[in-house]
Amino acid sequence: MYGYILRRLLLAIPVLIGVSILVFAIIRLIPGDPARAIAGVQASPEFIEQVRRDLLLDEGLHVQYYVYMTNLLQGDLGRSTFTRRPVTVELLQRFPNTITLAATAMVIATIIGMSAGIISATKRYSLFDNASMLAALVGVAAPVFWLGVMFQLLFSVQLGWLPSGGIGTWKHLVLPALTLGLATAALIARITRSSMLEVLRQDYITTARSKGLVESVVTYKHALKNAMIPVVTVMGLQFGTLLGGAVLTETVFSWPGIGRLMVDSILARDYPVVQGAVLLLAVFFVLINLVVDIIYAFLDPRISYGSKKGE
Amino acid sequence: MFNEKGQVDAVSKLQTPKRDTELRQVWRHLRRNRMAMAGLIVLVIFLLIAIFAPFITQHDPIQRDFGRALDLPSEEHILGNDWLGRDNFTRILYGSRISLAIGLISVTIGMLLGVPIGALSGYYGGRFDILIQRVIDILIAFPGILLAIVVVAILGVGIENVMIAVGIASVPIYTRLVRGSVLSVKEQGYVAAAKALGIGDARIIIRHIMPNCLGPIIVQSTFQIATAILWAAGLGFLGLGAQPPDPEWGRMLSDGRQYIRTAHHLTTYPGLAILFMVLGFNLLGDGLRDALDPRSRKYK
Repeated sequence: MYGYILRRLLLAIPVLIGVSILVFAIIRLIPGDPARAIAGVQASPEFIEQVRRDLLLDEGLHVQYYVYMTNLLQGDLGRSTFTRRPVTVELLQRFPNTITLAATAMVIATIIGMSAGIISATKRYSLFDNASMLAALVGVAAPVFWLGVMFQLLFSVQLGWLPSGGIGTWKHLVLPALTLGLATAALIARITRSSMLEVLRQDYITTARSKGLVESVVTYKHALKNAMIPVVTVMGLQFGTLLGGAVLTETVFSWPGIGRLMVDSILARDYPVVQGAVLLLAVFFVLINLVVDIIYAFLDPRISYGSKKGE
Repeated sequence: MFNEKGQVDAVSKLQTPKRDTELRQVWRHLRRNRMAMAGLIVLVIFLLIAIFAPFITQHDPIQRDFGRALDLPSEEHILGNDWLGRDNFTRILYGSRISLAIGLISVTIGMLLGVPIGALSGYYGGRFDILIQRVIDILIAFPGILLAIVVVAILGVGIENVMIAVGIASVPIYTRLVRGSVLSVKEQGYVAAAKALGIGDARIIIRHIMPNCLGPIIVQSTFQIATAILWAAGLGFLGLGAQPPDPEWGRMLSDGRQYIRTAHHLTTYPGLAILFMVLGFNLLGDGLRDALDPRSRKYK
């Protein structure tokens, strides 16, 4: 088991290095003169020169990457060309907000999605099943930013129950988290349902029933655990979608997180901040996947922890 | 024993007529699936709207009419007007052209890059495969829409760049999918037979392996178009995609947000348009997946 965790950790290292190279490449790949692009249209030639010197753009790529990585490992991501504040400070200020939003959305998605999926599977073709599966279809297809705006319209503008944006109390969190979580809830509901149906067809479930066990024991004790394996996989993958979706949700609700910072920085051509935000989100996602893989191994005894992955 | 020529003929004879009935079987199965048909009808309607937009409405999607700015829905302007007095309904009709184009073009880009890479990676294996898979691992480390945002950050804002960005962001999905299919198909007896006959690798991949990977690719592409439309609309919403005055749904929605208290038709309807188009592709994709899966065909 520990060998497996260690191996997964080691496998993550090349990915992280690759991510750092790609992020490093972002400003070097800008068409034209990167220094001019970063400094802005109205920049003086002196400022353009300064940007070029700051980023060592005249040095060889290996030198640039070496310096970039050395700084990165010391927690130095450069300075925002816009606010002149260290990028690390900007990111650390907002990262907790993004985590709060994504985690709350995940909790909401799991509660709604799993309960809807389990009820749908046990009461197949009932009114509830049909209605929730239709809702799930719409939930997956609805653009997250549109859902957000519609919630604002209903709950903030018309009913006046919840604030339409900003951060502060738990009330500020409700609409963004619900918006972000609904698509994931829809997916979790569909996967839970089909996975439960698959498991409920198995022989051991028939055996459990024929032993005279109560249906709820069969459902929750015997079926649910095995049905959870694909659900956990999807949840892990969905966390990435949530982080991506957070970019949109944060913009709708003026939520001061990493996503909104990133978009604002792209529009302001503040590339050091763009790089930092992208790096942070990607590294965080890689770590989440690592954790999911490990949870997965605990849940599914068929996964071997030896040298060969899979069955 | 067959002679060499006889064997080749036997292989091709077995395949051609079978694929024909296969297609008919798939269609028969699909036609019985009400949800998939609903999806197909929605998509056909959008396609007709995109083609015949100028005949459906007499308004212009870009022409301004300040006197009628922010008009609520009326008989003449059934979905109201925007802040520049442009007919909202007309802009939504024309917007279907942009969304369909983005969906189709970006998925084509993703396919053209991802399918060959995945096929070669799966077929040859070895170091090349390991290298490709590690690169894909890195791309997959950028969650969801983020990879597309990164590409737009590099290439710059604009609708063409969004197509490229969304296309590149879907490359990993195709590479993984095709590699997996090729891995399972290449162990089949008829591939070994083709190899034994001295048929070249390129021909084996194109003629004998790829046709068997087609099903998953078609299903994935249907879903991928839906994703591409959602992502592109998202980029448009963030201001990173289509620029004014293009009637792109995501951008329209984001521009309409500031009038939400007085003219919510500017946010509600473009969003519904995105929803229905995405729903159409998703429903069709679900149906195709069932229809192309021989197991579910037998049991249903």
